[in-house]
Amino acid sequence: MPKVTTVIRCAVIQFPGSNCDTDCQAALNSFPGVQAEIVWHKETSLAGYDLIVLPGGFSYGDYLRCGSIARFSPIMGAVRLAASTGVLVLGICNGFQILCEAGLLPGTLMRNRGLLFRCEHQHLSVEYTGTPFTSGLNKGQVLDIPIAHGEGSYFADKATLRELNANNQVLLRYADADGVTSDEANPNGSLENIAGICSHGRNVFGLMPHPERVCDALLGGTDGRAIFQSILDSISKTSAARV
Amino acid sequence: MFFVFQGFWLVVEAFSPDFPILMKAVVTVMPKPAILDPAGVAAGRAMEHLGLKGVLSVRIGKSIEIEVDGANEAQLHEIAHDLLSNPVVEDYKLTILS
Repeated sequence: MPKVTTVIRCAVIQFPGSNCDTDCQAALNSFPGVQAEIVWHKETSLAGYDLIVLPGGFSYGDYLRCGSIARFSPIMGAVRLAASTGVLVLGICNGFQILCEAGLLPGTLMRNRGLLFRCEHQHLSVEYTGTPFTSGLNKGQVLDIPIAHGEGSYFADKATLRELNANNQVLLRYADADGVTSDEANPNGSLENIAGICSHGRNVFGLMPHPERVCDALLGGTDGRAIFQSILDSISKTSAARV
Repeated sequence: MFFVFQGFWLVVEAFSPDFPILMKAVVTVMPKPAILDPAGVAAGRAMEHLGLKGVLSVRIGKSIEIEVDGANEAQLHEIAHDLLSNPVVEDYKLTILS
């Protein structure tokens, strides 16, 4: 029997106005055994992919609201279908906004509290590790991952917020270097310092910070690798279990 | 024969509510009352700075003018709800002008 080499196939969706797509692709392809491809938003199938990434940027110029038009792109039907069958979906920054607009994640991202576009390094506290996206991290671990957004203030109504906390769906919160999630460490006014949440089914994850920008020491940090490593390890384990 | 046909279409146009007609509408989208609107707060401060006294509240929303041929009101409500506003934080009001 021929030897089966397992390649983890990742799709990075490119919307008009995406600008972190090739960064995500490069970050993923820096891991062994990964094949990350750019998929244009007019495609309608994502069959065969193990991970779908909605990258950062300004899809459709952020017209109307961030992510509100991308949400209706042809590819989103396939993203929705994949998410419903348990495929891992990762939305970074504008990708997070699109997932919220599409209803694949609860809540929404509003204008930053201070109205400023915040582009800087940010400490994050890891809140929950029982997901494919954070399984390789430790609870309370502090990550240094940059943010770059003008509309990153997470909002959800009280009932939704309660549910997110009760189900351990808040995976990352803005924190200081010691991991304290204080108001001073909150760059945008997000409710309860929320920086990243996952779906009820734990296979859709959206976060405002950019892990793909800190995957190479040359670029000033490698804390983003821990998140991608978690994802890839989770996928390997799942496919091993399937075989 | 030709005149008979023309008469038929005129009747359809007058009595069928689904017949394409030009519609003008305005959709106003506003942040929900409970939502903090930081841009509105900043604009309010600027008003005070310019000497306007007693500014109690400033809310910034959007006004979207639509001209459409062959849509009905229900479709416009759907568009206003799904695309033009985000029901999590915004309310919309649809006004049909003509």
